[in-house]
Amino acid sequence: MVRAVEGVSFSVEKGQTLGIVGESGCGKSVTCLTVMGLNPKRNTISTGEALWKGKNLLTARARALREIRGNEISMIFQDPMTSLNPVHSIGKQLIEAVQLHRDLSTRQARARALELLKAVGIPKAETRLDDYPHQFSGGMRQRVMIAMALINDPDLLIADEPTTALDVTTQAQILTLMKRLQEEFGSAILIITHDLGVVAETADDVLVMYAANVVEQAPVEELFNRPQHPYTWGLMGSLPRLEVDMERLTQIPGQPPSLLRPPAGCRFHPRCPHVMEICKTTVPELAESPSGPEHLQRCHLDQETKDREAAKILEMTMAETG
Amino acid sequence: MLLFLVVTFVTFVIFFMAPVAPQRLVCGGAQAKPECMRAATKKLGLDHPVYYQYGLFLKRLVIERNLGTSFITKQPVNHIIGRAARVTASLVFGGAVLWLMIGLFVGILSALRPRSLLDRAGMVFVLIGVSAHPVWIGLIFSYFFGYKLRNFPIHTPIAGYAPILNPAPGQEGGVVQWAYHLILPWMTFAILFAALYARMIRANVMETLNEDFVRTARAKGAPEARVMRSHVLRNALLPVVTMLGMDIGLALGGAIFTEQIFTLPGLGRTAILAIQSYDLTVVQGVVIFATLSIIIFNLIVDLLYAWIDPRIRLT
Repeated sequence: MVRAVEGVSFSVEKGQTLGIVGESGCGKSVTCLTVMGLNPKRNTISTGEALWKGKNLLTARARALREIRGNEISMIFQDPMTSLNPVHSIGKQLIEAVQLHRDLSTRQARARALELLKAVGIPKAETRLDDYPHQFSGGMRQRVMIAMALINDPDLLIADEPTTALDVTTQAQILTLMKRLQEEFGSAILIITHDLGVVAETADDVLVMYAANVVEQAPVEELFNRPQHPYTWGLMGSLPRLEVDMERLTQIPGQPPSLLRPPAGCRFHPRCPHVMEICKTTVPELAESPSGPEHLQRCHLDQETKDREAAKILEMTMAETG
Repeated sequence: MLLFLVVTFVTFVIFFMAPVAPQRLVCGGAQAKPECMRAATKKLGLDHPVYYQYGLFLKRLVIERNLGTSFITKQPVNHIIGRAARVTASLVFGGAVLWLMIGLFVGILSALRPRSLLDRAGMVFVLIGVSAHPVWIGLIFSYFFGYKLRNFPIHTPIAGYAPILNPAPGQEGGVVQWAYHLILPWMTFAILFAALYARMIRANVMETLNEDFVRTARAKGAPEARVMRSHVLRNALLPVVTMLGMDIGLALGGAIFTEQIFTLPGLGRTAILAIQSYDLTVVQGVVIFATLSIIIFNLIVDLLYAWIDPRIRLT
């Protein structure tokens, strides 16, 4: 049995954005699929609770969950190339999304679909409504996905690596679009990414995950100014920089551990440059940092070392901006 | 078109090289009279080289739409093929309906519950279906349903077939008799295809269930039945259309084993009898019909595809 996610806890407020960062396979996507109830039922067990307006989504009946999915909570997926059904026109797929939750005529639903396509910036939306997914580029398809996700005015939008499959200029456009639409629609956004740059651009709060655990959790400013966990330092240290002349990008040595047999103690200890004896045996608690209850971290290191290392990292990042 | 020419020419040449003299067949075999044989040679153009004979044959086929006359029975081949084609078509189309129903039912259910008891049972059926030879299945069916239970006809006076319209004197006819005579052949014929289709449909549905757009449909809040119908099946069954078209086209050339066991006077049986008696014109007729049916069904599949799959457009 793989414990893909363990002891993860977070909350998102209306109009806010929470970013979840971590390497591939650390449990980011599983967390979100669990909230949506989209994990394959046959071979997953979800425990705990996901409270949505006071209701627990994990124990909700399939029918109740279905009414929430796509309506109050909607989701954008990583790969826009495969996330749309190739045999239906995008208009049909958008209309389906509306009519599953609203008692509207096809004509009204179509008008709504058109409105959303315009909002996400599809040129000549009227003529493109009857086109099929293969007639759109990757960025355009992701816009369509966003339109589909927002079509019922959801309160929460879960975006699972929405820009990973897109090229850099398209990434920036999609992120800006999401920001703008958030202001317009007032939804909360949960954005999953492995790109700290995306987090810095979009998120209000950040959750850093490693090997199925949360290792650090803080408001975005705080995280970038006073990172407290060696894994976060590693992530920041490995960001590509333009002005520093490097042969190779700095990286965190080693591989993420297998979740079939996670390492004892702190799960990051085999790769941690600051590893101590205690790290190999005792699991650190997710504890408050000196900055207050907003900023949680899971590390045995003493505060002095943490502040010193954080300052070092900060200096490097400062060199970039300054 | 090229395919058509190649296939007919090859058949023609093979028979040209066969160690028989058509003129002798026409005139009644061993006791043929010399003057009859001379006349037949002239009439059939046998004194000309093979390409000239082939040219004559093509000319007759294309301009007169005539396949000639049987060497043995002296009946027009068009007529022979037409009668046999009705039998084979009854067998093939009825069989196709049956195998599609079984294939879809078993395939979809086992894809939805992989590794369940139902899935295992379905896969055992598939294994039996692809392994068992139709002759064996046919004999088993005949023995149990026809002989033991005496529920189905296996030894009717005039072959094992009852036409819907215009039965011959002494032959049974009408829709009920037609279907009644065909139930066992249908089952025998359909089992192999049902097994192949069940396995293919199962694999396709399972693969499509893992597609991202199926997850998108669920994330939209679509009920499972709708996800299945509108998103999974629509995509998973596209390749089935291709297979079906090709298999039907192929089978129309004659379901030899099934026809042979149940003595159905279809194309396969006609072809076997004709080959045994070196009746070139009839064999050629069957070959032409089979080739045309394959070509036509492939064309139908291509046209159908352009209609059901938006990624393919006719240009």
